Amino acid sequence: MKKSILVLSGLVIASLLLASCAPQPAGEVAPQKIVETVVVTVEVPGETVTVKPQGYGTIAARVRERGKVVCGVHKELLGFGYLDANGRNIGFDIDLCRAVAAAVLGDAEAIEAVPITAADRGPVLQTGEVDLVTRNMTWTSKRDAEWGNFTWIMFYDGQGFLVRADSGIKTLQDMNGASICVTTGTTTEKNLATAFADANLAYNAVTFEETSAVYGAYEQGRCDVATSDKSQLAAVRAGFSDPNAHEILDITISKEPLTPAVPAGDDQWFDIVKTVMWGMIAAEEYGITSANVAEMKASSDANIRMLLGTEGDWGYTTLGLEADALANVIEQIGNYGEVYDRYFGENGLAFYLPRGMNNLWKNGGLIYAPPIK
Amino acid sequence: MTVAKPPQSERIPPWRDERFLRMGTQIVSSVLMLFLIYWAISNFIAITQQRGMPLTYRFLKEPAGFPISESYIPYDPTMSFGRAFRVGLTNTLVVSITGIFFATWLGFFVGLARLSSNWLVSRIALAFIEFHRNIPLLVLLFIWYFGVFVKLPPVKESITLPGPLYLSQRGLYLTWPRLTETGPLFIAFLTAGIAISVIAFKVLRERRIKTGQNTYYLPVSLALLIIIPVIGWIAAKGKPFWVDVPVLQGFNYQGGLRLSPEFAALTVGLTTYTAAFIAEVFRAGILAVQKGQVEAARALGLPPAQVLSLVVIPQALRVVIPPLISQYLNLTKNSSLALTIGYQELFAIGKVTINQAGRAVPVFLMVMATYLAISLITSGILNIYNRRVQFIER
Repeated sequence: MKKSILVLSGLVIASLLLASCAPQPAGEVAPQKIVETVVVTVEVPGETVTVKPQGYGTIAARVRERGKVVCGVHKELLGFGYLDANGRNIGFDIDLCRAVAAAVLGDAEAIEAVPITAADRGPVLQTGEVDLVTRNMTWTSKRDAEWGNFTWIMFYDGQGFLVRADSGIKTLQDMNGASICVTTGTTTEKNLATAFADANLAYNAVTFEETSAVYGAYEQGRCDVATSDKSQLAAVRAGFSDPNAHEILDITISKEPLTPAVPAGDDQWFDIVKTVMWGMIAAEEYGITSANVAEMKASSDANIRMLLGTEGDWGYTTLGLEADALANVIEQIGNYGEVYDRYFGENGLAFYLPRGMNNLWKNGGLIYAPPIK
Repeated sequence: MTVAKPPQSERIPPWRDERFLRMGTQIVSSVLMLFLIYWAISNFIAITQQRGMPLTYRFLKEPAGFPISESYIPYDPTMSFGRAFRVGLTNTLVVSITGIFFATWLGFFVGLARLSSNWLVSRIALAFIEFHRNIPLLVLLFIWYFGVFVKLPPVKESITLPGPLYLSQRGLYLTWPRLTETGPLFIAFLTAGIAISVIAFKVLRERRIKTGQNTYYLPVSLALLIIIPVIGWIAAKGKPFWVDVPVLQGFNYQGGLRLSPEFAALTVGLTTYTAAFIAEVFRAGILAVQKGQVEAARALGLPPAQVLSLVVIPQALRVVIPPLISQYLNLTKNSSLALTIGYQELFAIGKVTINQAGRAVPVFLMVMATYLAISLITSGILNIYNRRVQFIER
């Protein structure tokens, strides 16, 4: 009898010990990313060996194999992503996609523009369905954590309000009880909720998934107010039958840094896209344009010669690019200012939008890039 | 078994034995199927772990942060994603139940009209059916929303109907009775009154039929129907309701009951579209009733209305219910197209949640499971009813 009790208690203790050694339930362990996003450089005497994590270089490889950069874009937002009279995708965002194609494949036309809705932006990045999302997308910490890697802010925007000029609405308080048209699945929707809750105002949200439906409903009078990023409102207003009957209020309720993003897990591709964006900004700083890029290759400024690939390495060997990758971008697409003016300049294709925060840092704006060297 | 087997049966090799082959193919295909399912699930788990997006539902407790334009349960953006999901579910249920109710009646009458001997009535019904059956529902919804309901006059020039009832592009605002504190008491009396009078009617009529005694079943049940709610009215101190009249304040009407143009467009679109199919179902059901049944009923001297209600329809129902179930399920599932016209039902809210919470797979699983549950419950209930009305065959 005593023996059996001993054996039994021994068993109990043993099982307790085992249980304490057993791995914790999966739910309590913080999720671990298997794909590490750090390039670790190990110094080995005599030569430098770069330890590349899994996934490194896969996107550029598939882009080269396919011969095309696949971008998630907007197809009906004037100025940013839309179709011209011949059905060709054009716009500020599309040009950023074309710039990447010019750098990687040498041909700005080698893109495939996949139209996606606002609500699709996260999923296409998470699944890696596209190589790049250039679709009027605000960079937030949560999206960065969950969706993919945000590259570089290319457009500083803020959320505003579009109203009828004869509505008498001037301030946020005037909008108490108004019906407001908004796109679902956007930061806009959340900013609106926060701004009205903070001001203790009531409103009636009318939400659609398609941007065209939002402004269609607004123009027909379903809503008193439409809200979105100011650039988008300016784009939409320009497309109305009578733009002067509508005005954009001088209220900004949010920061909207519009940023192209890439799927997580491939740091080489992340770096390539960032460098292309920097190259366009730097080119404007140095005064390199699509017209003078050929003569600039022999410039007396070493910085310019570096950027255009005539001498030195700005990192292209590690990124797997040609020396003239950035020169191709400037030649085929132009520098940042050229792209901006192409759509939003005084004689732009879309509508006139003063550069404001989107001016170069030298000119009092926020557009700034690390040196290309 | 004492019957001797044919001796050669022992010699049939397994690859020629039909039973073996049948069993074998079934085993192989089910193993393949199981392997495919296993592969899909393990692949999914591996990828979600690799991307650091494990399948958890903890985000449901986080604040949703987005507004929902109409809700039948209290909701504001500070409430959780789970709450928003429930709002979507109730919105789906409301629009589905309304749609099923109207589509059944409209479909029934159109189906009858289609069979009418009046040429014009029958052709109008045919045109209605063919128009709605041959245009995609999404197109119909856009026509109803952008072409009709948003084209109504602006809110300040609302069409005023007696009630008062205001119709504008912002929706239909109705004067609506709302319960006061004593309201629930009155409602309880009202329900009890209806239930008791129905029971009294049935019991007393049964007795009348069985014994031939005059039980005054009609006056008794009517008296019960009136007296019990009146007691309730007095118990509720004469004020179970207050009248909520919509008043134009600022941009919109405040108060009253509001039916949004999004809800209206979706309900009308779903109703007319599904009614066209239901009409054909009813027509098929009625035509399936044997001609002899109608002739016999007429020979007995039943008037046309009774031929229809006592002979044709009860028999047609037996044929009609199974295809009717599919139409109800279709209507419920088609309500997910609402996200294009701004009515926020289950799928629309699911899509917003995916975007705001960044959790695609868990939300899609939830949405799928919810639609599945709604559909199974609907067809379960109707199957029970179907079993009750079927012939009991010997």
